[in-house]
Amino acid sequence: MIGSLDARLPDGPIENAWTDHKFDLRLVNPNNKRRFTVIVVGTGLAGASAAASLGELGYRVKAFTYHDSPRRAHSIAAQGGINAAKNYKNDGDSVYRLFYDTIKGGDYRSREANVYRLAETSLAIIDQCVAAGVPFAREYGGLLDNRSFGGAQVSRTFYARGQTGQQLLLGAYSALMRQVAAGTVALHTRAEMLDLVVAEDRAVGIATRDLLTGEISAHAGDAVILATGGYSNVYYLSTNAMMCNVTAAWRAHRRGALFANPCYTQIHPTCIPAGDDFQSKLTLMSESLRNDGRIWVPRALDDTRAPADIPEAARDYYLEERYAAFGNLVPRDVASRNAKTVVDAGRGVGPLRNGVYLDFSGVLERDGAEVVRAKYGNLFDMYQRITGEDPYRVPMRIYPAVHYTMGGLWVDYNLMSNVPGLFVAGEANFSDHGANRLGASALMQGLADGYFIVPYTVGDYLAGRLGKEGPGTDHPAFADTVSDVNERTARWPAARGSRTVDWFHRELGQIVWDHCGMSRNAAGLQKALSEIPALRQEFHADVCVPGSAATLNQSLEKAGRVDDFFELAELLARDALEREESCGGHFREEHQDAEGEARRDDERFTHVAAWEWAGPGAEPIRHREELTFSAVTPTTRSYK
Amino acid sequence: MSTTNNGALSVHLRVWRQDGPGDAGRFETYDVGDISSDASFLEMLDVLNERLTLEGREPITFESDCREGICGTCGLMINGRAHGPQKGTATCQLHMREFSDGDVITVEPWRAGSFEVIRDLAVDRTDLDRIIAAGGYISVNTGAAPDANLVPVPKEASESAFDAAACIGCGACVAACPNSAAQLFTAAKVQHLNLLPQGQPERWARTEAMVETMEQFFGSCTNHGECEEACPKEISIDFIAWTNRDYVRAKLKNRKLAGQV
Ligand SMILES: Cc1cc2nc3c(=O)[nH]c(=O)nc-3n(C[C@H](O)[C@H](O)[C@H](O)COP(=O)(O)OP(=O)(O)OC[C@H]3O[C@@H](n4cnc5c(N)ncnc54)[C@H](O)[C@@H]3O)c2cc1C
Ligand code: SF4
Ligand code: FES
Repeated sequence: MIGSLDARLPDGPIENAWTDHKFDLRLVNPNNKRRFTVIVVGTGLAGASAAASLGELGYRVKAFTYHDSPRRAHSIAAQGGINAAKNYKNDGDSVYRLFYDTIKGGDYRSREANVYRLAETSLAIIDQCVAAGVPFAREYGGLLDNRSFGGAQVSRTFYARGQTGQQLLLGAYSALMRQVAAGTVALHTRAEMLDLVVAEDRAVGIATRDLLTGEISAHAGDAVILATGGYSNVYYLSTNAMMCNVTAAWRAHRRGALFANPCYTQIHPTCIPAGDDFQSKLTLMSESLRNDGRIWVPRALDDTRAPADIPEAARDYYLEERYAAFGNLVPRDVASRNAKTVVDAGRGVGPLRNGVYLDFSGVLERDGAEVVRAKYGNLFDMYQRITGEDPYRVPMRIYPAVHYTMGGLWVDYNLMSNVPGLFVAGEANFSDHGANRLGASALMQGLADGYFIVPYTVGDYLAGRLGKEGPGTDHPAFADTVSDVNERTARWPAARGSRTVDWFHRELGQIVWDHCGMSRNAAGLQKALSEIPALRQEFHADVCVPGSAATLNQSLEKAGRVDDFFELAELLARDALEREESCGGHFREEHQDAEGEARRDDERFTHVAAWEWAGPGAEPIRHREELTFSAVTPTTRSYK
Repeated sequence: MSTTNNGALSVHLRVWRQDGPGDAGRFETYDVGDISSDASFLEMLDVLNERLTLEGREPITFESDCREGICGTCGLMINGRAHGPQKGTATCQLHMREFSDGDVITVEPWRAGSFEVIRDLAVDRTDLDRIIAAGGYISVNTGAAPDANLVPVPKEASESAFDAAACIGCGACVAACPNSAAQLFTAAKVQHLNLLPQGQPERWARTEAMVETMEQFFGSCTNHGECEEACPKEISIDFIAWTNRDYVRAKLKNRKLAGQV
């Protein structure tokens, strides 16, 4: 049973909080570091940077990824950029402003102290990345370039063409491989964590499956760091990579770690709409396109004319009309919901009537194709490759898609979960984005956690364990956990039902999208809460998983992941139902003002909801962590 | 460039099936009908795999993750070409509109001595990571970095470094090379770092270590140029020439540093 939720936030003004806290954190002397083994699961931005930094400090690190190489993590796909309050543009940016924008962007549902630390740490991240050889965009004088991103009023986004995530991950990956070569990090690829080992009320290790041989094995560590990414794929279709999943976090949850704010999910407004029923994932088109493209749909229902044949008067530039100040640059949640409204009303465009136009004809006419090509050439090519349509001639079609999950495992200020010794970094934790994440801030958070926070706070935890190392894998908890995993895995090759894992995943995704997507209401959420367990039962009874458990078996891998998505989906719907307010990415139709804008309920919901697993089929327990604001005053987000 | 065509097509596939590294392997043929020309090549394989599963047969193992051409996980030999017929395009970005109704399409794994076939179309590319571990980094511990704008980098240098850094580590260059050489992959990483001021202190040691590790695991380059043709990121073969030049100088420099010349 969990007592009160103590985030262990430092006292005093937030400006000095992290510096003072770092001074208070206990240290492990260099000779003692090598006595400790730290397990890092996940080698995306957060995991690779954490593993490399801990290795440099002298800990014995074991890093795990289900990929064949750390360079393949989903972080590689991030396009737009990474924020930092460097104020290189002299346009009035500061740590405080980045903090303020992020707190406001999160709709006042995140912790002040965490967000301030994130803004503060952003400075060192850029220094570190540049020193490691990340080729950020530069100006002619050779200094770093910045751009404004996601509607920010200052230019604080560092970028590397449209491939910022790739270049940042390659930087962290190379730091990691340097430690692998130095022998401080043992790298386990194609190794999927399928359970957390808890003994003496602490995280003491993990159980993994070797994806090539099927062997389940146990690994002991004095601390375990999960950096296993987000859970957007619970919706089946999302912009996340195909293999992204919640299993590591979910298994830790079932072993006692609290899961916070699962209903905070982010929908990105500019993705390419699904083309057919076999669509396997959705592709993001960078948000920067909204700087020059104009969004519209036909005013009339069932207007199937080609876009060029629809005269100005018959077009509805709905964002420009409704939000005079921000127009097409309103935040992601606002742009997404408005697109849904017009498509639901039957005014969608494209063969499946499931998109809105993003039209570049104005800027093409004004600046010419060459200027547009220089800015967006890559994106236009990508769009054409996928859709077969030429955006220089016909407007792009876009529609919102699930993109990021703000919820995740609950952690305290030290990024440690309520299970001592279990730390969570990157998108896998719930820490810094509240109910909505601003563009270019996930990369920042992943690297802040991995390079600059976890290496200190894990040290503090380990300092308290000096002389008490272990237990090793001979502790019975390891054998028990391995046997649980074996049992779970063994059920799949016996499953010879009539439907594929993907079929169930698609059906589950549809339920979650319909009822826990861009807008939610009590009746829909209750429906989801009855449909999800029913479908899960059917999944267990009727799924077909060919092949054996003793070889590379992709259907079997997916079956385990989808099984965990089912349980998460239920929690997501429950969390959304209990949160009777609209905030950030969580829009409850019952809670909007006369103009259809989100209405928060600060009195009842200025808190984090952190859920405790109560056993299979049992109602989970909702704990609260109250949020207090002293540096900023919560206001209504308005973009009119 | 083809235009939108939502028409459906049917194709005949010859797919390499191999149960494991020890298995001899064989081609199997499948007809796949009614595929939208807007579907991606991998979605076409997804559809086939769903069908095989329901027929009680084992689906074809092939790897992919981002399906956006950036993670480097995918990679198939399609009609004898690494990543298929469309230039500058990774397998996952290839769409069925590049094919015609009735086409016979042969699908094989990367074939290269150093890439062992794990199962069907999946291969083991970990030797590429060994080349990176040998020196594909700048030695800067976390926290030791100076202010990012302390060292200006000429825009042109930064752009060339980026052109090299765009490599996604897919291994198509190795698969396309008659000698299974990994020169383009290695040169891309060597030059990404060697072109930047930050990469200078370790330039010679890095070049030597990475090139020699590459030679340990991969074949040698005889300038066929197939790698550049196959590369989904269109990485220029010039980087190989620059790396060869750096390697010769590295040999000299390192001996000098060691007091041998
Ligand atoms: C298309 C796209 C564009 C984006 N663009 C931006 C942007 O411009 N700016 C920005 O700030 N953010 C962006 N984001 C968000 C950002 O990319 C991610 O939030 C961030 O990269 C997540 O990093 P991570 O290290 O937490 O996780 P990931 O990169 O997802 O890494 C997860 C790691 O965990 C491993 N793993 C997971 N489960 C297990 C398991 N059970 N066992 C073993 N290993 C496991 C995986 O192998 C992988 O190594 C974008 C996201 C998407 C989808
Ligand atoms: S050089 Fe090109 S073909 Fe070779 S691994 Fe890199 S991206 Fe792939
Ligand atoms: S699946 Fe990522 S590059 Fe093709």
